[in-house]
Amino acid sequence: MRFGVVVFPGSNCDYDCYYVLSRVMQIDTVWLWHEDRDLRGCDCVVLPGGFSYGDYLRTGAIARFSPIMASIRKFVQEGGFVLGICNGFQILLESGLLPGALLPNRDGHFVCRYTYLKVENTDTPFTRLFSPGEVIRIPIAHHQGNFFMPFAELEELKKNRQIVFRYCGPHGEEDERFNPNGSLENVAGIASSDFRVLGMMPHPERASEAILGSQDGKKLFLSLITWLKENQGGRN
Amino acid sequence: MEEIERISEELGLRKEEYQKVVEILGRVPTPTEIAMFSVEWSEHCGYPHSRRWFELFPRQGHFPALFGEDAGGIIYDDLAIIFKMESHNHPSQIEPKQGAATGIGGVIRDILGSGARPIACFDSLRFGPLEDRNSRYVFRGVVEGIAFYGNCVGVPTVGGELYFHPAFRGNCLVNVMCVGVAEKGKLAQAVARGEGNIVLYVGNKTGRDGIGGCSILASQEFADGEEKRPSVQIGDPFTEKCLIEATLEALATGFVVGVKDMGAAGLTCSASEMAAAGKSGVELDLDRVPLREEGMEAWEIMMSESQERMLLCVARGREEEIRKIFKKWGLEAEIVGKVTGSGRVTIIHRGEVVADIPANELTAPPVYTPPRKRPTYLDEVNSLSLQSLPLPTDYENVVLTMLSSPNLCSRRWVYEQYDHMVQTNTVVLPGKGASVLRVKGKKWGIAVTTDCNPVYCYLDPYRGAQMAVAEAALNLSACGARPAGITDCLNFGNPEKPDRYWQFVEAVKGIADASRFFGLPIVSGNVSFYNENPRGTIYPVPTIGMVGIIEDVEQAVDGVFKEEGHIVVLLGKVREELGGSEYLRVIHNLEAGPLPSFSLNEEKALQELLIELISGGFVVSASDVSEGGLLFTLLEACLAGECPLGVMVNVEPWNSLRMDAVLFGEGRGRVLLSLREENYSKVAVMAQEKGVPFAVLGRVGGRDFLIRNGREVLVALPVLDLKERWESVLS
Repeated sequence: MRFGVVVFPGSNCDYDCYYVLSRVMQIDTVWLWHEDRDLRGCDCVVLPGGFSYGDYLRTGAIARFSPIMASIRKFVQEGGFVLGICNGFQILLESGLLPGALLPNRDGHFVCRYTYLKVENTDTPFTRLFSPGEVIRIPIAHHQGNFFMPFAELEELKKNRQIVFRYCGPHGEEDERFNPNGSLENVAGIASSDFRVLGMMPHPERASEAILGSQDGKKLFLSLITWLKENQGGRN
Repeated sequence: MEEIERISEELGLRKEEYQKVVEILGRVPTPTEIAMFSVEWSEHCGYPHSRRWFELFPRQGHFPALFGEDAGGIIYDDLAIIFKMESHNHPSQIEPKQGAATGIGGVIRDILGSGARPIACFDSLRFGPLEDRNSRYVFRGVVEGIAFYGNCVGVPTVGGELYFHPAFRGNCLVNVMCVGVAEKGKLAQAVARGEGNIVLYVGNKTGRDGIGGCSILASQEFADGEEKRPSVQIGDPFTEKCLIEATLEALATGFVVGVKDMGAAGLTCSASEMAAAGKSGVELDLDRVPLREEGMEAWEIMMSESQERMLLCVARGREEEIRKIFKKWGLEAEIVGKVTGSGRVTIIHRGEVVADIPANELTAPPVYTPPRKRPTYLDEVNSLSLQSLPLPTDYENVVLTMLSSPNLCSRRWVYEQYDHMVQTNTVVLPGKGASVLRVKGKKWGIAVTTDCNPVYCYLDPYRGAQMAVAEAALNLSACGARPAGITDCLNFGNPEKPDRYWQFVEAVKGIADASRFFGLPIVSGNVSFYNENPRGTIYPVPTIGMVGIIEDVEQAVDGVFKEEGHIVVLLGKVREELGGSEYLRVIHNLEAGPLPSFSLNEEKALQELLIELISGGFVVSASDVSEGGLLFTLLEACLAGECPLGVMVNVEPWNSLRMDAVLFGEGRGRVLLSLREENYSKVAVMAQEKGVPFAVLGRVGGRDFLIRNGREVLVALPVLDLKERWESVLS
């Protein structure tokens, strides 16, 4: 089993993801440079957080044109797993690999803090080790995480159970008080309809070691790793 | 002849300095040469007014210390921890967002230039009153600039200070500290040596921004209505991020002989200082410098402070290998010259030699020791008599009034705009005391703090500076770390005015004496003079940035109460003192000393006790008593957690003293602890052994912030309400 972490110029959570996968999870992990086309046999590709190409235009708007994204599109069609975190989520949306858009935060500025999330769907390879409705604690750090999509599309997303994480209070309260960025219906993370592409604003790699104050993110990585183990790589 | 003297004066060189330049060269200087001398000899680069006093600073301590060109550090285990603080005051006052942004960029490159990976930034900020429109604009702009640059560049902003006071109206202070880590055997040097080696220019293109940033902007006072905005640089954090990665990659090849940031004084500074440090010469061909715009003159290229640029000295024959790395990261990488044996900095532009200066003369600015005189205000402001001060009748009212002081409220609105977690090393998050960072793969960790109280330093620069050192050391000890080294950022007014210069020298002596006493080397620093506006000078602010080592990072504690039922204890003496306090300022509109009593011996004993208590695991939380006194230290411990906790405290043991002094006095050498019941006697015994006064204040618990004096309730306020007020002052 092999994971790959994509490095765009301006990625800044690439090493954090690499560290958690290779050292904490003890998984074979490789770097994938933005100009590469070869995904080096990875079972899962991680698009990390940061400011790809500086993000001086709309976040993720330039990254979608990088050579590696062409390969990742193909990889997704073949049933490969992709995890987009923060800027990675923004890139997935810009690339059309997930539906919706991320607008600037409601309060107009960057926000970095711990948030509580409710795991809305535990029947995905990314979340199978969580219990239904479990409340977890994972930090966010972004300027554009305000999820938006037209009403009809949202209904479709809900019907397919593609909303995987919602922001909530410490006891699972799903109200506006606990919405850090103005996201529609507190959406924090969504998956593709086959649940092989996951995009999320919170940073699970920042919550994967006890010393950092939460290990809830580790469960996400562990979910996918156990799924891949049981399904021998999982490629169709 | 007259023309060149006029240029010299316009660029900020004094008449006698011009004469010295003529002497050095043995001829009339060229405009480019004058430009180069003016920036290199400016206060900001050459420290002519301050340099001689640094001899007072200790260079040795508990851990081996390192001293580099742009940054210094300490060695622990097999790593070097490099740190440095820099000011970007005038640029931030003029153009808050870009000024603050480029301040971060500059200090990060200082760390990078030593071969270390930058792992954390800290901002020590001071502004005019929040209710003042311009000060609010500057404050918000600076925060925006730090977020804009710091978040993108991928170095977490994990701590700092924020302070508002009329003394900083029209001249804010933005001091940025960066910490980096490198393998101790792999540090880089800022040298150019080895005749025939290549001088490589990397990073951003050179433009006309920031020309004279260090000489005109940083080394003169603000006059009314002056237009200095063109001297402010523009930041590009994306390029900086790529520059960090590419530079570290290039250094890892082993073919980079030397490297230096092109910061203040740009190409002039890096070329001449690298040549001087390598006892060699450098020849540069400016036609090969990547330019942002056409037609730039030689003096503009040599003075430009365009950001995100570094100068490298590369082993001959390896230049293509190194260029490839920078090209991969999308950066400029041009061969602009070579190392010579001439000992001179030779600049060629459009085929002509436009400057030819001995490197060691260019980098040895004159030293000035202007007259100094004790300011007359000191006697007046140090005559506080407590007898004439009325006691509060309603303590709750006092607490609520002080709570809305922007100097005592929560800084959450600020630090949440900064990515303080990237790189996943932040163990103690902002707002809870000193910052604690782990080092991946190590059991030990790093603790960092920045401290200085401007009012203390105004009332008594020598003691105020000593107290800043002591406070920083106590902050680090209170999370379990052993203080290890200091960087300082000395912000003062015009040194050519005797009263300002006196403040400066007193503060330097204070820092030197306190750090020598504690065994702390001063490894790096920065001086920012001319912090004045047309109405007068700022308060003296010798900001102390301190780094400590915590042996087992898992043992680190913060200052926040954790659980109901824990015992609350005060270490240190309670005295009837109010000098310099925020209470006097906010409630009585008084800024008066004498400063509270202060003993280096007591501080040292307390530091040692804390390190022992925390490494033994006997303490749940610890925080030093500072601004706002005991009451606000308690309040922060209650409110700074995710869910606020109440406390029940009885101050009856001190009821023979003035109650406002007990609650709000800012006497040093005191620490608030919370502990589990079972550790109580152990802690009491250990405190006694070290001769540190120990007193039980009460317990954590309940919904209220409850302070009693015997049976009399002084304060009883619900913590949920307090938290809301406390967190909404800045937003």
